[in-house]
Amino acid sequence: MMILFYLAAAIAVISTVAVIVQTNIVHALIYLILSLLAVAVIFYVLGAPFAALLEAIVYAGAIMVLFLFVIMMLNLGQHSREEERSWMTMKVWIAPSIMAAVLLAQLVNVLSQYEHELAPVRVGVPEVSALLFGPYVLAVELASILLLAGLVAAYHLAKTK
Amino acid sequence: MYTLIKDTLLSQVRTLWMVFLKIFTKADTVEYPDVQPYMFPRWRGRIILSRDPDGEERCVACNLCAVACPVDCIALQKAETEDGRWYPEFFRINFSRCIMCGFCEEACPTNAIQLTPDFEMAEYARQDMVWEKEDLLIDGTGKYHDYNYYRVAGKQIAGKDKGEALNEAPPVDVRSLLP
Amino acid sequence: MFVLEVGSVLTIGLILAVVIVVAAMLIWVERRLLSFWQERLGPNRVGWFGLLQVVADMIKIFTKEDWIPPFADRFSFVIAPAIIMSVVLLSFAVIPFAPNIGVVDSNVGVLFILAMASLGAYSVMLGGLSSDNKYALLGSLRAAAQMVSYEVFMGISLLGVVALSGSFNLRVIVEAQADGWYVIPQFAGFVIFLIAGIAESHRLPFDIPEAEQEICSGYHTEYSGMKFGMFFVAEYIGLVLVSSLITVLFFGGWLGPSFLPPIIWFAIKSSMFIAFFILLRAAIPRPRYDQLMNYGWLFLLPVSLLNLLVTGAIILSTQ
Repeated sequence: MMILFYLAAAIAVISTVAVIVQTNIVHALIYLILSLLAVAVIFYVLGAPFAALLEAIVYAGAIMVLFLFVIMMLNLGQHSREEERSWMTMKVWIAPSIMAAVLLAQLVNVLSQYEHELAPVRVGVPEVSALLFGPYVLAVELASILLLAGLVAAYHLAKTK
Repeated sequence: MYTLIKDTLLSQVRTLWMVFLKIFTKADTVEYPDVQPYMFPRWRGRIILSRDPDGEERCVACNLCAVACPVDCIALQKAETEDGRWYPEFFRINFSRCIMCGFCEEACPTNAIQLTPDFEMAEYARQDMVWEKEDLLIDGTGKYHDYNYYRVAGKQIAGKDKGEALNEAPPVDVRSLLP
Repeated sequence: MFVLEVGSVLTIGLILAVVIVVAAMLIWVERRLLSFWQERLGPNRVGWFGLLQVVADMIKIFTKEDWIPPFADRFSFVIAPAIIMSVVLLSFAVIPFAPNIGVVDSNVGVLFILAMASLGAYSVMLGGLSSDNKYALLGSLRAAAQMVSYEVFMGISLLGVVALSGSFNLRVIVEAQADGWYVIPQFAGFVIFLIAGIAESHRLPFDIPEAEQEICSGYHTEYSGMKFGMFFVAEYIGLVLVSSLITVLFFGGWLGPSFLPPIIWFAIKSSMFIAFFILLRAAIPRPRYDQLMNYGWLFLLPVSLLNLLVTGAIILSTQ
C-alpha cells in the first residue's frame, strides 16, 4: 500500500511539474488530468474511496472536460506555443521557487515535529454523508443555493442572447 | 399532454415494434453468385463481334461504331483481303471506358458489333480490360442469324460480281442507248 | 489463485477474454440483426452463417496501414484510442457477473462506473482535437457536450436504485433485488438510464458525435488501422457494459429461477438488452444536436430529479 502511495505521489508531482513546463496547452491539460487522477489514487490508498471517486468524477471528469472544451474553441496553434515559450524565462522562476521553498520548509518542519498515525482511517460513503448532512448541513445548503444562483444566471444569459 | 406522449413516446414504441416484426418477413436479397438472375436477351452487356452465316467476319471496318462511341473506347484499322472484302486489321475495345450505351450496335451497318446479356467482366488489372479482336470475335451470328452483308450489298468481291446480290438489279450499262 | 471466485486470476482473465470476444462478435451480431430488420441477409459468406466475418474484419484491420496524419498532434492522437479502450475495460472491474464471478467487490462500484464514463469523454475529445480536422473537431465538440450532459442524468437516475438498496456496491444492489426487480419501483430511473446509457456510449440513435452522414464519422475521421479498431471495438464493449449495467441495476443481475446457473441468467438478460439496442439502431432516426440537448436538460433532468425526490420521500415515509 505504501508503495502505491509513493508511486501515485511521484506521478502527481512529476505530472504537475509537467503541467507548468509544458508549452503545448493540450498536453499540459492531459498532464493536469493525470495529476488529478494520481491524487485520486492517493485518496483511495489513504482510505477515502468516496473522495477519490468524486475527485475523478468532478475534477478529472467534468471540470477538466470544460477546460478542454474551451481550448478546443480557442484554436490555439503554434503562435500560442511560442508565446508560452517566450514567457518561460529563468527570471520568472525565481519568485515562485522562493515561495515554494518556504512552504516546503514549513511542511518539513511540521512533519518532523508531529507524530502521525500512518494507519489510515477509512472514510466511506456513509461517514462522508453523515458529516455533510449533520454538522455541515448549513454549508451544503449555502453551496447548493450558490450553485442554483449560478444555474439561474446561466439560464438567463443563454435565454436573452 | 396526451398528444405530447402520443407523438413522442408512443410513436417511438410503435416504430420499434413494427421494425421488430420485420424479423419474421422474408429477406429480399437475391444471393447473386449462387442464384443467377435472368438476363433479358436485349440486355446491353459485353460487346462481341459476330460472323455471318458463312462463317466470315461481318465487320467491314467502316469506323461508324468508333465515331458513334460517346467515350471513344473503340479503335480499329481497316484492311482488305485479296478478294475485295474489307475487314478490321485490329479491333480494340477498352472496356474500362465503355459505358454499355449500345450506340455502336445501332450505328453498325452490318450487324457485326452486338451487345450481349453478359456482364461479369471484372478484372484485377486495368490493362486486362482492353479486349482485342480475337477476344471479341465469336463463332456464331449473334442476334441476327440470316444476315450476310456481302450477299445483299452491291460491293464486288471474288465469286460475286456486281448485280449478283439478292434483290439487286443488274448494273446499268451507261454506254448503251437501250432503255 | 486458479479457482472461479471473485478476484482470482482465472476469473479476471476469463472476464477480459469473454468481454473482448463478445464485443468483437457483436459486430457480426449487429450486422446480421440489422439486416433481418431491414429485410436483408447480412454477412453470411465467411464461415458458418458468416460467423468468421469477425475474424476477417480483424485480419483486415490489423494489417491495414497505421497512419498518423503529419498535421496531427502525435501525443494526443496516439493516447486517445487507448484511453477509451482502457476506460471501458476497467469499468467491467466492478460488474458482478455471478456470485462467484467478478473482478473486485467494491463498495463504490456505481461511482467507479460513473468516473470511468466521465473519463471516457477525454478519448473522443482528444481524438477529435488532435486530428486537426474540422469534421473531427465538430464531432468532438458534440461528443464533449453530449457526454458531459448525459453523465448528469445517468448519475441522478442511478441514485434512486442506490437509495432503495442503501449501497453503492453493485453486488449488494443485486442481492437487494431478491424480492423484486428495481425496474418496477424505478421505472422512470430505468428509462432515463437507458437513454443516458445510449448517449454515453454514443450508439445510434444518439451517435451525433460520429454521424457518418453529417460529419463523416466525426472524431475518428482521421483514424485508421488498429487505432480506429480500438474506437470501434470500444463502442461495442461500451454496449455490453451498458447492457450489463441495466441488468445489474434494474433487472436483478444474476438472480433467476435456479434451473439455470446464475451466469446464464446474467447473459440472457444482458443479451436481451444488447438486441434491444440494436433494434433501436434499426428503428429510430438520429435527432438533431440541439434537440438532443434540449431533451436532456429540459426533460430528462427534471424527470430524473423528480424521480429521486419521490423515491426518497417514499423511502423516508415507509421507514
